[in-house]
Amino acid sequence: MAAPCEMIRDLAFWKNGPEPGKIYNFSGSSTTSCANARQRTMQPTTTGTSVLGIKFNGGVMLAADMLGSYGSLARFRGISRVMKVNDCTVLAASGDYADFQYIKSTIEQKIIDDECLDDGFNHNPKSIFSWLTRVLYYRRSKFDPLWNVCVVGGLNEGEPFLGYVDKIGIAYEASIVATGFGQYVALPMLREIVEKKPNLTQDEAREALIKCLKILFYRDARSFNKFEIVVVTKDGALVEEPQSAETNWEVAHSVVGFN
Amino acid sequence: MAVEFDGGVVVGADSRTTTGSYIANRVTDKLTKVADYIYCCRSGSAADTQAVSDIVSYHLDFLQSETQEPPLVRTAAHLFKGMCYQYRDQLSAGIICAGWDKKDGGQVYSIPIGGMCVQQPFAIGGSGSTYIYGYVDSVFKTGMTQEECMKFVTNSLALAMMRDGSSGGVIRLAIITQKGVERKVIVGSDIPRFYEG
Repeated sequence: MAAPCEMIRDLAFWKNGPEPGKIYNFSGSSTTSCANARQRTMQPTTTGTSVLGIKFNGGVMLAADMLGSYGSLARFRGISRVMKVNDCTVLAASGDYADFQYIKSTIEQKIIDDECLDDGFNHNPKSIFSWLTRVLYYRRSKFDPLWNVCVVGGLNEGEPFLGYVDKIGIAYEASIVATGFGQYVALPMLREIVEKKPNLTQDEAREALIKCLKILFYRDARSFNKFEIVVVTKDGALVEEPQSAETNWEVAHSVVGFN
Repeated sequence: MAVEFDGGVVVGADSRTTTGSYIANRVTDKLTKVADYIYCCRSGSAADTQAVSDIVSYHLDFLQSETQEPPLVRTAAHLFKGMCYQYRDQLSAGIICAGWDKKDGGQVYSIPIGGMCVQQPFAIGGSGSTYIYGYVDSVFKTGMTQEECMKFVTNSLALAMMRDGSSGGVIRLAIITQKGVERKVIVGSDIPRFYEG
């Protein structure tokens, strides 16, 4: 005696259609089982790759390259993935660039509101970090994420602050952070540097980041050798001019054939 | 495609609309006016881009009545962005918004699928654009004159049209400057020819 659902399937009213008692997956990237048709987990379109962040003695430094990739196409080669929030906070994001632009304009409006309110209270890294975590987790819970991994850095009441927030709402603080490929390539290098010398100077931090960006350019197929570094110290936050890393391809001369 | 020069912009497009592999319209005008000095190049779903540009055009017209001034290109671009970002999951629209205004002169804004907005010295879009990334990178230089820009756009579109099955027909150009909009159509043997194998 076949089970009821097998009997129903045997009747074969239609092929590849909804099965009685089962949830039917409409085509597309959505796999939600809720009745609300507006829920979706979208696909990112124009994306940014790794973001790096490091604390040093007296401040924080973030770095991100200036590429917006459209799949594998290096489509926009001069876009900024870092933003100066205010004099004590900076933010950089990887992932969908349109979502980053949305986050950027929302935060910019918050800062304008701060200035209008003029009550002596301003957003600091911790508050932006906290807000961003809540927003990203909220969107994730609606199955409609902002497809970004963000790094928030700055000086929180004089103390260096560095945080990582994920598109699914994972958030943590650390003295070195990286997103995407940077987690595999840059983090081990940064850890080694910081373990040898926990209190880096600003120049040592910059040197470390540029070294990592160079290796990322060697090894990340979605990277570009043009990046921005942003520094926060007690003197304020500064987005530096775009620069490129010096690459060394000498090893190519010693490679012939494939055996 | 759109290119900025000192004093305005040159926008250009092919004229083919396809339904699968049938050419539904071989003389389409993909250069759509949204304001007197602002045009947009539409790519992706024809229905989506027509609907969005109609709405943006309405908003700009309203703004013009309120401010008694021609709208800024940046405003038009951000209106496009707002719509393309908010409805990103329902739309399939790649738009290049270009024009001239008194404040910032000629400007080109790219609003690809997904709804980001970025200003560029020149922008290419649509299915045929993939075939000419190398060409435009090798030929483009800053500080081109209006005539050089027109040649650049014409040659780039011609090459794309020859390689992409979804592109073809005639080349439509629009040159937008303080003086106004000059529209041109390049047909048949006037379209530049290159190596054809």
